Amino acid sequence: MKRLKKIFNQKPKNILNIYFTAGYPNRDDLVEIGLALEKNGVDILEIGIPYSDPLADGPTIQASSQQALKNGMNVRLLFTQVAELRKQSEIPIILMGNFNQVMQYGENQFFRKCAEVGVDGVILPDMPTYVYEEQFKELFEELDLGITFLVAPQTEPERLKKMDELTRGFVYVVSSAAITGGTGGVSDSQEAYFKRITGYDWHHPTLIGFGIKDHQSFAKACAYANGAIIGSAFIRALEGSTNLGQTINEFVGSIKKEKK
Amino acid sequence: MKPNKNGYYGKFGGAYIPEMLYPNVKNLNENYLKIINSDSFQKDFKSLLKDYVGRPSPLYFAERLSKKYDTQVYLKREDLNHTGAHKINNTIGQILLAQELGKKRIIAETGAGQHGVATATVCALMGLECIVYMGEVDIERQAPNVARMKMLGAEVRPAKSGSRTLKDATNEAIRDWIAHPIDTHYIIGSVVGPHPYPDMVALFQSVISEEMKWQLQEHVGRENPDAIIACVGGGSNAAGAFYHYLEDEKVRLIAVEAAGLGIDSGESAATSVLGSEGVIHGSRTLLMQTDDGQIIEPYSISAGLDYPGIGPLHAHLIKTERAEVFSATDQEALQAGYLLSKIEGIIPALESAHALAALEMAKFRKDDVVVVNLSGRGDKDLATYIAHLP
Ligand SMILES: Cc1ncc(COP(=O)(O)O)c(C=O)c1O
Repeated sequence: MKRLKKIFNQKPKNILNIYFTAGYPNRDDLVEIGLALEKNGVDILEIGIPYSDPLADGPTIQASSQQALKNGMNVRLLFTQVAELRKQSEIPIILMGNFNQVMQYGENQFFRKCAEVGVDGVILPDMPTYVYEEQFKELFEELDLGITFLVAPQTEPERLKKMDELTRGFVYVVSSAAITGGTGGVSDSQEAYFKRITGYDWHHPTLIGFGIKDHQSFAKACAYANGAIIGSAFIRALEGSTNLGQTINEFVGSIKKEKK
Repeated sequence: MKPNKNGYYGKFGGAYIPEMLYPNVKNLNENYLKIINSDSFQKDFKSLLKDYVGRPSPLYFAERLSKKYDTQVYLKREDLNHTGAHKINNTIGQILLAQELGKKRIIAETGAGQHGVATATVCALMGLECIVYMGEVDIERQAPNVARMKMLGAEVRPAKSGSRTLKDATNEAIRDWIAHPIDTHYIIGSVVGPHPYPDMVALFQSVISEEMKWQLQEHVGRENPDAIIACVGGGSNAAGAFYHYLEDEKVRLIAVEAAGLGIDSGESAATSVLGSEGVIHGSRTLLMQTDDGQIIEPYSISAGLDYPGIGPLHAHLIKTERAEVFSATDQEALQAGYLLSKIEGIIPALESAHALAALEMAKFRKDDVVVVNLSGRGDKDLATYIAHLP
């Protein structure tokens, strides 16, 4: 988790966290994509473990997961690829998955393996908080592994507090009541919610995700949080790319609007 | 049998849901028992079950079937309910609950279409908007029910992902619920999903075994049968038929799963045999999956049993050996369906035909009282029956 801590210390604003699905577009693209994102100034990588039946994902990430599974991606291979990426990079890496995949690997083995290959934190949106507290909290502390909990527009104040307390690393602020991949940008009512969320006295950095897709929505999100997470829009950019390096350079550039 | 405070039966159950669903599920959890146990709810629920659904459903002594199997077979006639299956017991309960919670928009998933029809029906009755998710494959093989839902004013939305059957329709319904956290109630059709759904749906279906008790008293002079047989997709009709006998170990509880083309054929839905522990649709239970934790697409000729999971109550009953499990292939179910039609004049739903097929498999004594829960009627399956006629 030290890499995560370091980045938030160095850069309290405008953190850019990019999500991509492991094994997409091709089975072994993970290292190349990770390095290219780092080179272009992305701050955190969030790597999705492809799943057959993700509940909170929209069509874009679903399709990338289907393709990744067809390509032969699996959890064991993912760990190998992350270990390879870690050899070449110090960028913070977060794994995002569904609890069932962790269960099948063996929960304790899974978390130990994360620490071993240099993963900095995990996001398991469907893991109940009591399961984490009762069964894994101590292990995460022992391993110094991060865990990110989500808050959403309907999350009540005392639950916000709980999520903040349990989180190790950063809190994930879900931008709207929706699954991933929305294309609407950031609306006025969302800004009101962001304002409410920023009003809360967080002990951890916050990143806003879901529906963040371009420079404008990224900038809006960054006004209310330490940064933002972009997923589906990046997957859409990768789709059909014939030159990953160039695609990634252009995509990240368009988010940051840096002059080339 | 009640789940514990976190919604577990033994080690199965719980609520494994993304945070976006948490407030909705919590609201339901904090209110469902209070609402269901209130006098006004019970009064409305009972009167609708009686006057609208047509309950009690008869318990019928199937004399010729009994002779064939050399035991005393009774059929619990859920097929005679309004809309043709047990599913409406649950939708009546949940629509009353949804109204109490102030919800204006109803969503549901459906496999065979029976739950979709039962949901569309109660939405028509109460004047609520209704959206039913249904796998594309099921839309094709259960065409009559699709037409019924539309006539009842529901919108049928095709689920186009994965195997395009019940599992995928459930995924889509959950995604819809995530996107509509305020005004929408999700009427789940079986004893699956995050807590409190399994307990809530079991409560609404428990009317089946509640009636069985006094009906058996009338027929045979005792409340308890020797065995109860029910098919299990998610397990709601079985939960209802077993409910009031769960604590009485002398009553054999027999769950019948769909073996599809055969347990080892790779085309099956026999979850408790082929499955392992994991999480599906918000519940820790048994499910069919790969070593890597990817859900395996199930197969059964019966759309209502074509599901890769099983309710957590049943996972618990099976793992603790309180319930016995059999699995019936497509062929065995079809044969059982043809047989009941010929010798009792009752065309069963293909799902229920799986339960009947267990009469060929389980051993009973001559004077055993065996209740088969006839969960639905076969009108929706006529095309399939006819296509496979011997
Ligand atoms: C007639 C009938 N029986 C059984 C089932 C299976 O559901 P469950 O296992 O929840 O009873 C269905 C589902 O559609 C059905 O229509």
